[in-house]
Amino acid sequence: MNRLMRVGIPAVIVALLAACAATPPPPSSKTLVVLVPGAGGRVGAVSVKSAQGEALIDQAYASATAAGGAAPVIGNSSPSQVQQVFGAAISARPQPPVSYMLNFLEGRDEYTPESRVVFETILSELGKRPTADIAVIGHTDRVGALEYNDRLSLQRTERVRADLIKRGVPERSISVAGRGEREPLVATADEVPEPRNRRVEINIR
Amino acid sequence: MMNKIARSIFVVAASLFAFISMAADDAGQIKVVNGSVTIERDGRNMTAVPGARILQSDTLRTGEDGSVGITLTDNTLLSAGPNSVLVLERYAFNSTTHQGQLDAGLRRGTLSMVSGKLAKQSPDAVRVITPATVLGARGTEFFVQVSD
Repeated sequence: MNRLMRVGIPAVIVALLAACAATPPPPSSKTLVVLVPGAGGRVGAVSVKSAQGEALIDQAYASATAAGGAAPVIGNSSPSQVQQVFGAAISARPQPPVSYMLNFLEGRDEYTPESRVVFETILSELGKRPTADIAVIGHTDRVGALEYNDRLSLQRTERVRADLIKRGVPERSISVAGRGEREPLVATADEVPEPRNRRVEINIR
Repeated sequence: MMNKIARSIFVVAASLFAFISMAADDAGQIKVVNGSVTIERDGRNMTAVPGARILQSDTLRTGEDGSVGITLTDNTLLSAGPNSVLVLERYAFNSTTHQGQLDAGLRRGTLSMVSGKLAKQSPDAVRVITPATVLGARGTEFFVQVSD
């Protein structure tokens, strides 16, 4: 029994480890990568690493192909080719997230007149996104103590949350956070009133 | 001997627990579903519907007529075309520091990626892993196809 365990258990462990170890790619498996311009026309870069080589593509419609473990081969694609191969994936893309900013009167959880209009824009945008996730993040300027501003920023987010719920936005889709005066949009000295920092960010995903 | 076995069982149980609690973090949400799409989680299959949460370690499978779009919490947009298998191998994102890691595994099919905040933070934070390659995403948009 003891000997069986001494030999058997390590053998099982070795077999399990061998099964867990990365298996080499099947020789026929091929990966194609195509880089395209993003929103605003900016082109990023993608590094492509296979078992036998590495390459970087950083031009619009540049492609890289790696078959099995072979080194990636750089090539060119085109908008029509991309549409042909990736059309279905493109049409399943979620709407890109959007952000809005609401500004507040000094020391209060009341919107500025301009922000009342923005609030209506937010509601109409939410109407187009049935599965929206909404993050509401409150900020203050640097007038008042740190703790006071932490409370005020939360009060502002609560105001926005309550107003959204009042207009039919599902409560569970809203998350809130207060950052107080810790993340000003515009850097100022302490105790300086700055309207642009009295804000709530609404990030809609 | 028994002691050793007990200790190994404990180690396995502890790492399993760590794995499960990691997997429980919200990674994102399904936004678009066309045709047949399933989510495999902890060995069980569910039908994917818009609004469903996505967790680390989830596997998404699209049918012949299927495609799916998800938005991760760092604003990365991932979408897959028909006959695809996409695994969210690793996902961590700190919404305050924007630090974290995204490893998306494309076993087969087609993938569109529009990178989010993670890719802006560090050049190695976002990777797509295919049977033949490891791709490092340094921002903006790209496509990946895995074929036999």
